[in-house]
Amino acid sequence: MRQSNGYILTFTAIMTIAVGGILAAANQLLMPAQKKSIELDTKTQILKAVMTINPGDDVLKLYDQRISSLVVDIKGEEVTSNAKGEKLEAEAVDVAKEYKKEYKERLFPVFRFMDENDPTKVDAYIVPVYGAGLWDKIWGFVAINNDLKTITGVSFAHKGETPGLGARISEADIQSRYVGKSMYDENDRFVSIVMKKGEIGGGGEGSIAAFSSDTNHVDGMSGATLTANGVNSMLKKYLDYYQKYFNKVK
Amino acid sequence: MSTETLVQEKKEVKTEAWFSKRRKRFITDPLNEDNPITVQVLGICSALAITIKMEPTLIMSIAVVFVVVFSNLIISLIRNLIPNRVRIIVQLAVIATLVTLVSELLKAYNYEMYKVLGAFVGLIITNCIVMGRLEAFAMGNKPYDSMLDGLGSGLGYAWIILTVAFFRELFGSGSVFGFEVFKAIGIENMPNNSLMVDSIGAFMVLGIIIWIQRSKTGYVEH
Repeated sequence: MRQSNGYILTFTAIMTIAVGGILAAANQLLMPAQKKSIELDTKTQILKAVMTINPGDDVLKLYDQRISSLVVDIKGEEVTSNAKGEKLEAEAVDVAKEYKKEYKERLFPVFRFMDENDPTKVDAYIVPVYGAGLWDKIWGFVAINNDLKTITGVSFAHKGETPGLGARISEADIQSRYVGKSMYDENDRFVSIVMKKGEIGGGGEGSIAAFSSDTNHVDGMSGATLTANGVNSMLKKYLDYYQKYFNKVK
Repeated sequence: MSTETLVQEKKEVKTEAWFSKRRKRFITDPLNEDNPITVQVLGICSALAITIKMEPTLIMSIAVVFVVVFSNLIISLIRNLIPNRVRIIVQLAVIATLVTLVSELLKAYNYEMYKVLGAFVGLIITNCIVMGRLEAFAMGNKPYDSMLDGLGSGLGYAWIILTVAFFRELFGSGSVFGFEVFKAIGIENMPNNSLMVDSIGAFMVLGIIIWIQRSKTGYVEH
């Protein structure tokens, strides 16, 4: 009996339905909690570009108070509705999906970090960046001061960079090197911020000090030049995409 | 009162104790003499990949213990119904369901760890320890015994990867569970060994553990 084809077919059919049912139910039940964690994660990353987030901080509340977001296109024009005519929210724009489109077609979210006391004054513009590292995708957010030149802070994340080498881009040690740098040279030409090869400062304060007089370069990561190249090209491309918008609000 | 105790005593005489000598061995054997990683050399892949830091390793351990215990239980419960010709597929379906549940739960309640562990939670499906126990034990034993067997194998896997992670995080990042040990005991300039952060570090720590263990138990491969 247990070996007959009929029995096997019935058994597998029942099993498939049971397993599928359990997983579908679990997915439905956990969906709200998952959406919330993803939202919290994105908003934490956005805010991390401009401030330190301590464990226990109410990120969602902070975000609602300080961030006012919009979406622009490559020409710097604000886009308010998507192809279907629905209202477009900057938080809902998936930068990874946009990355697959031709850059002229992409949507570019801008998260404006408003002043604590004057809610009409913009303190910093936070823009997402996205690109390829050595092994896999890298992404992050760059906060630009309201002079639209100076970097207030960056937050980078990665999917599969080498731990201890390229993976250091997600550490504060590397990210703090970008603070105060400018994306323009002395002649006001856009040059982005370039991470150098090698680590002459030796990490920490030393690395910041070694490049203190050079506003367009930061110290590199020893043994992770290829990841650094990825970061450089990601910054250059994305900061360039936003130039039209920056010129408009300047 | 007196009748109650009497009934209980009778039961104990009839059935085997919850933790009889034979059952205790289900748990203690895989911890040392029959360890899934160091003796059977199973589940090495994840032992190398996720042991850079203690916290993800702990989450991974809990996930593997959960999966191996409950897949053993489920398979043991339906072992007399499973058609022999598709038993491997049935085992895989049970494991995959449990692993997907773990992954979904992590995504909902510990997104931070979900991002760190990434594909490795999904890869528990291919962890030979889990399927090995189903095929070798749960298909032929009673549910409770199978659960104990799963718990033993799971813990045997867990303590090894936690030990590996302890040394890798300590020497690779200078911390344990993110707590900076060397700074706390006054050694400010302890250099980090990047070899430990690499998979090579895991091989070395694992090799040393196997060496110590085998010199103690006298286990020799034939």
